[in-house]
Amino acid sequence: MHLDDLAELAARHRAEETHEQEIRVCVAASCQSSGSLPVLEALKEACATQGNGRCKVKGVGCMGLCSAGPLVAVAERDAELNSSLLYRNVTPVDAPEILASLQGPPVERLRCPTDQPFFQQQVRIVLERSGLIDPESLPEAIVHGGYSALIQTITEMTPAEVIREVTASGLRGRGGAGYPTGLKWSTVAKMPSAQKYVICNADEGDPGAFMDRAVLESDPHRVLEGMAIAAYAIGASKGYIYVRAEYPLAVARLETAIRAARRAGFLGARVADTPFAFDIDLRLGAGAFVCGEETALMASIEGLRGQPRPRPPYPAESGLWGCPTLINNVETFANIAPIIRKGGAWFAQIGTEGSKGTKVFALAGRIKNTGLIEVPMGITLRAIIEEISGGIPDGKRFKAVQTGGPSGGCIPEQYLDTPVDYDSLKTLGTIMGSGGMIVIDETASMVDVARFFMEFCMSESCGKCIPCRTGTWQMHALLEKIARGAGTDEDLALLEELCEVVRAMSLCGLGQTAPNPVLSTLRYFRHEYEAKLRA
Amino acid sequence: MPLTAAQPNVRVVTLKIDNRDLSAREDETLLEVCREHQIPVPSLCYLEGLSLWAGCRLCMVELVGQNRLVAACSTRVAEGMVIQTDSPRLQRYRRTLVELLFAERNHVCSVCVSNGHCELQTLAQRLGVDHVRFSYRQVHYHLDSSHELFRLDHNRCILCTRCVRVCDEIEGAHAWDVMGRGGQCQIISDLATPWGESETCTSCGKCVQVCPTGALVKQGTSAGEMVKDQHFLPILARRRHAR
Repeated sequence: MHLDDLAELAARHRAEETHEQEIRVCVAASCQSSGSLPVLEALKEACATQGNGRCKVKGVGCMGLCSAGPLVAVAERDAELNSSLLYRNVTPVDAPEILASLQGPPVERLRCPTDQPFFQQQVRIVLERSGLIDPESLPEAIVHGGYSALIQTITEMTPAEVIREVTASGLRGRGGAGYPTGLKWSTVAKMPSAQKYVICNADEGDPGAFMDRAVLESDPHRVLEGMAIAAYAIGASKGYIYVRAEYPLAVARLETAIRAARRAGFLGARVADTPFAFDIDLRLGAGAFVCGEETALMASIEGLRGQPRPRPPYPAESGLWGCPTLINNVETFANIAPIIRKGGAWFAQIGTEGSKGTKVFALAGRIKNTGLIEVPMGITLRAIIEEISGGIPDGKRFKAVQTGGPSGGCIPEQYLDTPVDYDSLKTLGTIMGSGGMIVIDETASMVDVARFFMEFCMSESCGKCIPCRTGTWQMHALLEKIARGAGTDEDLALLEELCEVVRAMSLCGLGQTAPNPVLSTLRYFRHEYEAKLRA
Repeated sequence: MPLTAAQPNVRVVTLKIDNRDLSAREDETLLEVCREHQIPVPSLCYLEGLSLWAGCRLCMVELVGQNRLVAACSTRVAEGMVIQTDSPRLQRYRRTLVELLFAERNHVCSVCVSNGHCELQTLAQRLGVDHVRFSYRQVHYHLDSSHELFRLDHNRCILCTRCVRVCDEIEGAHAWDVMGRGGQCQIISDLATPWGESETCTSCGKCVQVCPTGALVKQGTSAGEMVKDQHFLPILARRRHAR
């Protein structure tokens, strides 16, 4: 198969569909939970009776503004989200009215303006097709450019050229640590081995984070395509997606997508009629946070207890069943196809010197607009919190923003003008992480915030190493004691000492970073701890 | 034509541990080299002859020129390495780890059959742990006396998994495993059935001998009577490996 054949396939699908207007209903998990499926049904029904045959109602992926769901967009065919008419908090009762508005004025009482900063300040690369296409339809993905990058790589590029393009893009791993993706790929590519593996880490477990889930639910083919390109570049023939079983919708859509991709020849023994062979299997994780750590994840895929092992050897050298293995996060793979399509240099123009491209964030906490955004690296925290997320509701004051989940930390108000990139966040004592952002207002106690994250780490510790297993338990007990006003100066000193020991002595990333929420709240909000100490 | 010596597969490197110049094969770990030269690096999960676990973290050492500590049991030697095994910082960290272990379960030495022959006790004495600053977890664990020869006291267990590994790797029975996670971790026989009813246990007693504390002991031993013998392990492991 060549690019021409793909274009022909897309043209044929376009010709089959004659509609001019689309009514898109978000069917990702967040809108489903606020009742978008009955809305979809009602709209389909109304379309069948009221429609003139030139309109199509379809389910699409996440449109971002989850707090206003269920979201419905009315748009010209193929029109982008920003140029569509967006309706918020839609109920099935509104369906006839929405249909009637196709020829007349919009339904003002439901309107959600798309000219607000939430939509206008975003740059969508990973989410370019999210909210636009039906995630369960392969033809729709193809019409919007799906698999063209894969065909381009395997028919026109050498593996070395693919790696060069990814390296040139400056893309860094979106799972949290920010390791250069091109470097990782070239390391695995250079390993002499007949058998190599590609793993997509979709074990998203940070409290407040749902970026990977949204990508998988909204546009699964983009992840499959990225993985196939990676497999071609490093010489792997087998891939695994390790996804949490708590994401049933993502799992179902991935299964549908993998089946469709196999049937169409984008996966399998001869990918797109070339000698390149690559197939993907799903592995469901039982929901242990530690299984997001790459060595524990691989142990889990192998059918063993999900526990980390010491590194080195790194997976690039000895991974799944001892073979060289490439592990990347969902969002990292989702960036690959656009990089190949438009070139690494194009991608490198976006973002900052050390952090290229965009980042998807899950906005949660005390803000007006919660949901999913994709913004260029280097945007300030203030722009995200005050403009995009609409600020703090109920006239309360901003206190801190927690980034990076249990491995990250809190940033206070005086640093809101910091650009969001890997290195700046690190200097503030937190991390980008996979992209969770929890906004905290003045009513929250930072000791409680630290205690919450410590409780998470304590219950998610695998129990293999002593500092993490019992250190987090003790830290949680100390935080509990301090929070209820029974702590002493010695308790605080002991807590700080434990932070140091657990960080330095733990076996894997979970334990090594577990003290971070405590350390960062101590750094900026020490007075809150001290105020709670018993005199 | 002169005869050339057979090319060895591994090279020898030189490194400095605690200001001593030492040589080592490049496939050796720091802990192996330390043990060979009687440099006392503490460890509770490592045992020669068993696979690497790297869970107790007591063998962490300082690699000069690098801020992060490395585990001696899982770090290979390298040319020119400079290692500190006993700095004040390491001593402090190790003391804290031992305190954490004592606070996690019940380790009252005076009534323990392994009193005087316990690796945890010896280590605590060596590190100068004379009190525990942390609050005790006070979880009640069961005592499994269902086996006719041996006894398992979860209250004394430090989850080093030596028993799991020796049973799997040396005896080949895999009667032991770990259940649960975090603070709920517990050693189990078979699928959490009483040890005496285990269908896979061969009653070989290797687990009892390698256990560093009084968690696995012989029936009928009284306080201080349980002496363990681990000399068989490296010999057996080497024979298995050679075969």
